[in-house]
Amino acid sequence: MSDDALPGGERRQLAPPIDESGALGWMRKNLFSSWGNGITTVVLIVAVGWILSGFLDWAVFTANFTAASGTECRGGGACWALIREKWRYIFFGSFPYEQHWRPFFAVIAMLAMLITSADRRMWNWRLLVIWGVGSVITFLLMFGQIHIPLSLVLFIALAVGGVGLSLRKAIADTGEMNAYRVLAAIGFVGLALRIAGVLPAWSLAIAPLSYVETSLWGGIPVTIILATYGLAFAFPYGVLLALGRRSNLPLIKGLCVGFIELIRGVPLISLLIMASVMLPLFLPSGTTIDKFLRAQVAVVLFAGAYIAEVIRGGLQSLPKGQFEAADAMGLNYLQKTLLIILPQAIRVVIPPLINTFIGFFKDTSLVLIIGIFDFLNTANQALVDPNWAGFPAEVYLFAAFIYFIFCYSMSRYSKYLEVELNKGTRR
Amino acid sequence: MAVAALGSAPRVKVAPWNDPVIRGWVFQIVVVGLVAALAWYLVSNTIDNLNRQKIASGFDYLGREAGFEIGDTMIDYSPASTYARAIWVGILNTLRVAVLGIILSTILGTLLGVGRLSPNWLLNKICAWYVEAFRNVPLLLWLFLFYKLISEAFPGPRQAISALWSSVFLSNRGLYFPVPMADPIHKWMGVALLVGIAGAVVLHRWAKKRQEATGQPFPSISSGFGVAIGLPLLVWLAAGAPSAMSWPELKGFNFEGGTVIQPEFTALLVGLVLYTSAFIAEIVRSGILALHKGQSEAAAALGLSRGQSMRLVLLPQALRVIVPPMTSQYLNITKNSSLAIAIGYPDLVASINVTINQTGQAIENILLIMAAYLSVSLSISAFMNWYNKRIALTER
Repeated sequence: MSDDALPGGERRQLAPPIDESGALGWMRKNLFSSWGNGITTVVLIVAVGWILSGFLDWAVFTANFTAASGTECRGGGACWALIREKWRYIFFGSFPYEQHWRPFFAVIAMLAMLITSADRRMWNWRLLVIWGVGSVITFLLMFGQIHIPLSLVLFIALAVGGVGLSLRKAIADTGEMNAYRVLAAIGFVGLALRIAGVLPAWSLAIAPLSYVETSLWGGIPVTIILATYGLAFAFPYGVLLALGRRSNLPLIKGLCVGFIELIRGVPLISLLIMASVMLPLFLPSGTTIDKFLRAQVAVVLFAGAYIAEVIRGGLQSLPKGQFEAADAMGLNYLQKTLLIILPQAIRVVIPPLINTFIGFFKDTSLVLIIGIFDFLNTANQALVDPNWAGFPAEVYLFAAFIYFIFCYSMSRYSKYLEVELNKGTRR
Repeated sequence: MAVAALGSAPRVKVAPWNDPVIRGWVFQIVVVGLVAALAWYLVSNTIDNLNRQKIASGFDYLGREAGFEIGDTMIDYSPASTYARAIWVGILNTLRVAVLGIILSTILGTLLGVGRLSPNWLLNKICAWYVEAFRNVPLLLWLFLFYKLISEAFPGPRQAISALWSSVFLSNRGLYFPVPMADPIHKWMGVALLVGIAGAVVLHRWAKKRQEATGQPFPSISSGFGVAIGLPLLVWLAAGAPSAMSWPELKGFNFEGGTVIQPEFTALLVGLVLYTSAFIAEIVRSGILALHKGQSEAAAALGLSRGQSMRLVLLPQALRVIVPPMTSQYLNITKNSSLAIAIGYPDLVASINVTINQTGQAIENILLIMAAYLSVSLSISAFMNWYNKRIALTER
C-alpha cells in the first residue's frame, strides 16, 4: 500500500487490466498467463505438432487406400486398403456372405431399440413393448428362425398372473383381478400338465429365413448382443441381489453378500473359463449348451453382481421414511418395492448404471479368450490373412475408433442425464 | 401393533401365515432349500461326469511334474518343476505386473488429473482427450495393439536398436540391458536399503514434529532420499565397489547375458498403466473439484504457489474423497492383469489354463484361481481401508 502512495498525496497510476477479450486476449489468458505457462504452451505445441504431423503423414498423406494386396501396400504409410478389403468380415464375421443384410438390420434394430429407450418419455410400459419387438426382430434376423415353445408362453402367463395378483391387490377392480387369476391358473395347470408329460412339447415356429447357428455369428452384432442382453438379464437379477443384500432376513442376506463379493473378487476371464470348461461338467452328460449361450451366462452372472452394487447405492440413498410410509399405507412387499422404492432408487443410479454398461460393452471383448467371434476377435482374425499380414495398427485403430464412437456417445448421454435428472434438486 | 411396539401390552395374536417373522423364516428356508437343491443337482452331475470321463479329483496333481515351459519367471523354474511351482510362478508374475501397474498408474493418473485442472488451455485439453481416448476403448484392444507394435514394428535381434555405447538393445525380443554380476554384497546392500528407508521415515517424522513445534522447515524429503540411497552406496563402496557386469551380447539368433524386459510384460504393463491412469485421472480431478473453492483461494492468499497449494493444501484433503474409488481401481488393475493370457504373458490365469488343459481337473484349478484373486483383492482392500482410516478427517 505504501508503494502506491507517492510524496505529495498523489497515488501511482495502476496499469490498466490486461485485455482478456478477442483472440489475442484469450491466448494471453489461457496460454501465456505466466512464464511457466508460456513455456508449457510452447513445448506442448512443438510436441503435439511433431506427433500430429508424423501421424497425419502416416495415416493420410502417404497412406494407401486402394491397394489390391498387402505387398502393394508395403513401404508406404498406413494401409487403409486392408480395411476396405476386410470391413465386411470385421463387422459381420463368418455370417454367410450373401446374407450380410441380416446382421446389418439386426444391428440397426438393436441400435433403434437402445436409442428409443434412451428417451425419457419411453420410460414406462412402452419400454417393454420396444424391447419385446426389438428382440424378436433381432433374433429373427440373426437366427433366421425362432421357435416359441408352449412352456415359455405358459410360464409367462403364470408370471404375469402371479405378479399382477400381488402388485394390483386392493388397487385393481374385480374384473382385472379375475383376469390375473385366470392367467395364473392357465399357466399353472398348463405347466403342471407339461411337466407331467400330458401336454406334448408344442412350439410355434416362425421360420422365414435360413437358419444360421451361433458359431457363425461374429463382429459387431455379437458385441452388441452380449452387452445389451447381458445387461437386460443381469438387471432384474442384480435388483434381486441388491434387495437381498438389504434384506432383514439373515440367510438371504448372507447368500447375496457371499455371491456378490465372490463374483466381484475374481476377474471376468476366470468366470469365462469356468463357463467354458465347468458348465459342461455341471449338467447331465449328453446335454450340450451352445458356446455363445455359455459366454452370455457368464456375462450375466458377472454383470449382475456389479449392477447389484450400483442399485444398492440407490437403495441406500432413500430416506427411511419412504419404506415406513409404504408400510403405513398397508402395501405388501411387492407393491412397496415395485411402486415406491425401486422407481426412486433406480432413478438416482441411472447415470452410474450407464457407466457400468459402458464397462460391460468393453468387457465383452474378453469373450475372444474362449473363442467367440466378437468385434475385437474378428478384427484380430482379419490380421491372420497372409496376403495382408503386417498391418496391425490400421486394423486396431479402426476397431478402436468404432468402440470409441459407441462408448463416447454413451458417456455423453450419461452426463446429459445426470444434469437432466437433477434439474429438480439443483440449486 | 403400535401397542406391541411400545412393549407394554401383550403381542397381538395374528394367524401364523400373517406373522412376518414366521413368513420370513419360511421364505428363507424355501430359498436356501432351492439353492441347496440346485447345488446338489450340479454337484451330483459333476461327480457323475468326472467318474464317466475318469478324471481324478483332489489336489494331488500339484506335486506332479508340470512339463511345460514358462517364458518369463522371477524364480527358478524348469519344465521338471511341479505344477505347484508353475502356479506359484504365475502368482508372482501377476503380483509383479499388478504392483508395478498400481504404482505407475497412480503417478501418471495423478499428473493427468492435476493437468486436467491446469489454467493452461492446451495442457487441459490434451489431458482431457487422453482420458477420453483411453477410457472409451477396451483394454484388451490396447494390449493387442501395443503387443503387435512391439513384436512387429521393432527390428529382430540382429538389427536391434542399440543405445548407450552398445550396452542396451531394443528389439522385438524385448529390451536387453546389463546387470551387475551376482555378488554376496548385494544382500547386504538390500539390508542397507531397508535400514535407509526406515531411517528416512524416522527423519521425516522428526522433521514434521520439529516444524510443528518451532515452525522451522527441514528438507526431509530430499535428505530422506539421500539416506535411503546413500547407505547402500556406502556398503557397496566399503566392499571394494565390485563392478563386474553381465553384458548382453548377440549370440546366434538372440541375446545372451544381461537381463531382459520381455515384450509381453512391457505391452501388458504399458496397456494397464495407460488405461487405468485415465480412470485415476478422473478420480483425482473430481476429488480436487469436490473441495470448496475457498481452500485454493485461502492457499493463494497465504502466498503459496500453485504447486505448493496443490501439494500442501488441496491434495491431502482431496485424498479423503479419492481413496475409496482408487481402491476399486487398484482391484481392477489386479483383476485386469489376467488379460495377460491373451498376449502370452505367463500370469496366474495363463499357468492355470495350461494346467487345466493338461490335467483336466477344472474344478480344483478354478478354485485355486478364485482363492488366489480373492486373497489378493481382500489384502488390497484391507490395506486401503487401513490407509483410508488413517487419513480420514479427525473431528474434534
